[in-house]
Amino acid sequence: MIRKLADSFILGMIYGAAFFSVMLLVGIIGYVFVKGFPFVHWTFLTTVTSILRGSTGIAGNLVNTFYVAVLTLVFAVPVGVGAAVWMNEYAGGGWGVRLIEFTTQTLAGMPSVIFGLFGMVFFGGTLGLGYSVLTGSLTLAVMVLPLITHNAREALRAVPDSYRIGAAGMGATKWYMIRTILLPAAMPGIVTGIILAVGRIVGESAALLLTAGSGYLLPQSGRGLLHKVLESGGTLTVQMYLSMSKARYGEAFGIGVVLLCLVLAINLCVRLIAAYTKRIF
Amino acid sequence: MDDIKIRTDHLNLYYGRTHALKNVSVKIRAQAVTALIGPSGCGKSTFLKTLNRMNDLSGNVRIEGGVYLDGKDIYAPGVDVAKLRRKVGMVFQEPNPFPMSIYDNVAYGPRVHGIKDHGTLEKIVEESLRGASIWDEVKGRLRKSALGLSGGQKQRLCIARAMAVEPEVLLMDEPTSALDPASTVKVEELMKELKKKYTVVVVTHNMQQAARVSDDTFFFLMGEAVETGSTYSLFSKPRDRRTFDYINGRFG
Repeated sequence: MIRKLADSFILGMIYGAAFFSVMLLVGIIGYVFVKGFPFVHWTFLTTVTSILRGSTGIAGNLVNTFYVAVLTLVFAVPVGVGAAVWMNEYAGGGWGVRLIEFTTQTLAGMPSVIFGLFGMVFFGGTLGLGYSVLTGSLTLAVMVLPLITHNAREALRAVPDSYRIGAAGMGATKWYMIRTILLPAAMPGIVTGIILAVGRIVGESAALLLTAGSGYLLPQSGRGLLHKVLESGGTLTVQMYLSMSKARYGEAFGIGVVLLCLVLAINLCVRLIAAYTKRIF
Repeated sequence: MDDIKIRTDHLNLYYGRTHALKNVSVKIRAQAVTALIGPSGCGKSTFLKTLNRMNDLSGNVRIEGGVYLDGKDIYAPGVDVAKLRRKVGMVFQEPNPFPMSIYDNVAYGPRVHGIKDHGTLEKIVEESLRGASIWDEVKGRLRKSALGLSGGQKQRLCIARAMAVEPEVLLMDEPTSALDPASTVKVEELMKELKKKYTVVVVTHNMQQAARVSDDTFFFLMGEAVETGSTYSLFSKPRDRRTFDYINGRFG
């Protein structure tokens, strides 16, 4: 009898815990939506804040977010996947690999503001890139590199050796085998790493505030689109932080809604890509 | 009939300190099936892998003596291993089709060697699949993943894949040990078919299989080629006491 009671008590606790965690998530999302939704309208999304007109808008920040995300991935993905391929296929598990593994693990656990400090001083100062989208992207590339390397490495490790031996038996060179068999087979894992990286990029504020600054203007068309890379640009999250620090909570909640939708959209995209790649292989 | 395709001369192989092959001097006839038998760890698979230098892949392997394909030493400096493996194809114990379509699996080898033309590739794929007696089973789903095939079909696909580069020799490392009996029969029939065009060398732990499919049999024990000769004479009147004991099930 007591046992039965204890059982149902534990069961109740487990259900309660599950319910609580789900409600917490739903509650936060709901709260942000209720508070922020009134702010999300056409002008908010498609214009930049104008003191003359007295309107607020985040179009510039949306564009900056896009710039930073794409540029960061352009730097981090080739290096991260390349490092993973080297570690798994060429290095043969020596001390060099263990050193890199240790380094990447340490980098992964480092507070982002330290990356911001480094990026500001090294990329911004020493390399003379100043407060710019480029400085911010390089900084974030260093930050997400471990994430991409680790996921790519795990994915490569999961590829059976029989593929490697089989390809070698056909007279394929190592690089040809990596290109035609290993990378495609590891693609779902690599994509997962990229998605996680995008999540961190979109969610980052401290490191970016220190390196990419808080510019909110839209790039000029034509050459300006390219030049934007060297200009200051605050992402949505940076702008949200700034809005909060100026006690413009409505605006911050509005950006929160946009960010949530963005993250949701990215997650859906990734799932679709993963499902698609799975179907091919 | 007594065309020698591969000859080894005092072949010794060491894995680190382990002396895995000891003074193996044998002759493998062209267009015949040669079976390598012996208990686990006797060196038969290791010997097979020396024939297309698959041992190069594992570190700390040292080889002495020579392996001659058509009279040319395949371990001589300057030998192109990719070209060698094109001539000497391999089928593995575990069927290992690549995670791509059936078509792309068979076209893999030709593409490795630079064939890009679609018409040519299609012809090669069909011929190879027919050659491996699997064409009728897969012709309707060439673009589907090869991983959806049954174990026996996978192995025949791997044989087709090996044949697609038009090798001269096919090495098979226990090709039926992971297959069910019905698939095994198909692969065995295929081997008899294959020897019309190729020199086939097959490692098997199954003596009945060696007796059924091979023309010559080499018996390995502890790294030595104890007895070599025609399958019929080796099984009916073995000259070495150890061969006699092994084929009568005294050990192994």
